[in-house]
Amino acid sequence: MNSATVSGPARHRPLVLKLTALVAASFVFGFALVPFYDTLCRAVGFNGRTLKDALAAKDVGPVRVDLARQLTVQFSATLMPGLPWEIRPLEPTLDIHPGEIRTTRFLVRNTAHETITGQAVPSVSPSQAALSLRKLDCFCFRQQTLGPGESRELALTFIVNPDIDIKLREMTLAYAFFPAPTPSSPTGDQP
Amino acid sequence: MSATTLPHDAAGHHGEHHPSGLMRWLTTTNHKDIGTMYMTFSMVMFFLGGLMILLVRAELFQPGLQFLKPEFFNQLIGNHALIMIFGALMPAATGFANWQIPLMIGAPDMALPRLNNWGFWLLPPAALMLTLPFVLELFGVGDGALATGWTFYAPLSVQGGIGVDFAIFAVHLLGISSIMGSINIIVTIFNMRAPGMTLMKMPLFVWGWLVTAFLLVITLPVLAGAVTMLLTDRHFGTHFFSAAGGGDPILFQHLFWFFGHPEVYILLLPVWGLVPHVLSTFSRKPIYGYKAQVYSFIAIGVLSLIVWAHHFFTAGLPVPALLYFMYSTMSISLPLAVLFFCWIATMWRGAMTFETPMLFAVGFIVLFGIAGLTGLVLADVAADAQYHHSYFVVAHFHFALFTGGIMGVMTGVYYWLPKWTGHMYSETLGKLHFWLTVISFNLAFMPQFFLGLAGMPRRIPDYALQFAEYNAISTVGAFILGFAQLLFAYNIWKCIKGGPSVSARVWEGTEGLEWQLPSPPPHHSWDVQPTVK
Repeated sequence: MNSATVSGPARHRPLVLKLTALVAASFVFGFALVPFYDTLCRAVGFNGRTLKDALAAKDVGPVRVDLARQLTVQFSATLMPGLPWEIRPLEPTLDIHPGEIRTTRFLVRNTAHETITGQAVPSVSPSQAALSLRKLDCFCFRQQTLGPGESRELALTFIVNPDIDIKLREMTLAYAFFPAPTPSSPTGDQP
Repeated sequence: MSATTLPHDAAGHHGEHHPSGLMRWLTTTNHKDIGTMYMTFSMVMFFLGGLMILLVRAELFQPGLQFLKPEFFNQLIGNHALIMIFGALMPAATGFANWQIPLMIGAPDMALPRLNNWGFWLLPPAALMLTLPFVLELFGVGDGALATGWTFYAPLSVQGGIGVDFAIFAVHLLGISSIMGSINIIVTIFNMRAPGMTLMKMPLFVWGWLVTAFLLVITLPVLAGAVTMLLTDRHFGTHFFSAAGGGDPILFQHLFWFFGHPEVYILLLPVWGLVPHVLSTFSRKPIYGYKAQVYSFIAIGVLSLIVWAHHFFTAGLPVPALLYFMYSTMSISLPLAVLFFCWIATMWRGAMTFETPMLFAVGFIVLFGIAGLTGLVLADVAADAQYHHSYFVVAHFHFALFTGGIMGVMTGVYYWLPKWTGHMYSETLGKLHFWLTVISFNLAFMPQFFLGLAGMPRRIPDYALQFAEYNAISTVGAFILGFAQLLFAYNIWKCIKGGPSVSARVWEGTEGLEWQLPSPPPHHSWDVQPTVK
């Protein structure tokens, strides 16, 4: 075999193209993981994600209230950097029976001298409780805009599905309040 | 390896024009020149990353804050890691690939020489990008380099200063460089092997690199995508990782470690490939279990792609996912145990001598074994809650990456340096380097296992008084380890400049194509391809 047939860039081209395609596919795969992960989390409650859409009361139907069981639901609220608000749950814990519809409130106050929009992001732990917690109405479904120094009570109406794991006695619903990313275009599509 | 024939005297053929001086190195497409540049770059980065961590260890010598501000401390730890991984270890492995793969498979050069040149010359700008924010801060621009640790976890990295942006672009450049290098290596291996060298006759080092190159091609684009998302989150209003906009910070950890875990094997596989050659040479026995090792490489490469979440067991994953990632992680120890068995069996009843490369290879097996065993402990979901983010993890991955990675590279350097230069290095200095390295390494990192078990967290510039003694010992060890590497650099320098000439085979027990070329090999490695029977 002589060196003329040993070198010769043209014969490498098909393999180089295939490998380049593999690189491109991997790059796309990384981005495809974003919606895939989101869907997975919502479907199985990974990561404490609650269901995306509010339930209408009629969707809940005639739920049997399980008076034999009692659950403690804890509420917490955390401010993320850049949001000059004060916030606390008016009822830090609620004792509930699975299946009953309950409403609780959070108190928020804007301490700044300007109008600010915030967005609350919920998380439920333990995560296996996330799918059993159904919200009928929640301030986290939309952005909240508070004027300078304004206070407001934000309401949350929820129901814990009676099919919740029998071993669970306590669950925590935690809200992190963020400065709204795009104050100009409020969406009802938040988690 | 099979017996081979050498069709003609391969020395000579230096007739063509080569640019000299700086232009030679800027424009070279020769695999040996490029390999040398990779190794040199790696050595410079090794000392730069080492200097950074010695500052950190100096700060940790005593409790309290003595030398460094916490902000600067945070910048040093992350940049130490990025520089050691992307600047020192990966370029060293690519340097070996450039030097050795054409020699070992009987090719005249790499398949894509110009791509090869470009791949290397992306590295210095990337290193500059990574370290420039340190300098800019001195002139009042920005707030220093990347301070998030090397993992860039969101949301910290979304909020960080310009150092994060510089690091993102540095990672892009380093990634492009590695991907080009990998494509070149795969094409070279598939298209340019000597006639008769089937895949299952390839040297193990080439096999290790083939698996590495595929892992790089598959996982690095995912990292590039993740840091691109980070960049757009920071500047262009996207919310991939911002919970306020519907994103998820944990997603970043998934994307990062989808790359990050295979990266561990990217760093280790080339070394696992070269160590058997060294063991075989100095035991004067053929490699034991060649096929078993090849299949283990492939198995580890595949498994490494599906175990990533064990890096964040404490992030709140559901129990079924935890169990899956625990068992899949532990299953990697099976092919790894096969490798250990083959390495030991290669030495079994051999006529062993302990020249410097062999010392490093045996030291590698012992210390890397500790890394593997402590890794099994970390893989246990129940136990990991205690160890997570503690110094136990730091000690574990330095046992893996220093002894498994860097000591493996040193094994290869001492083994092949006489082949590359035509001169023998100083065996006395080499042995001194080995013993200083091994003793000081254990002095530096063994105490960190106990610190971690006692609850000392990573990445904090201060610590509780009860950790003082072990930290002082660790710092003393780290400084000896750092300065011992000057011996390594000096020995290499002396070997390049001169020394006793060596034969083509260099060592008594060598087998394989590269030992049939003279030492140093001619400018074009194999003008006429050898035939492997």
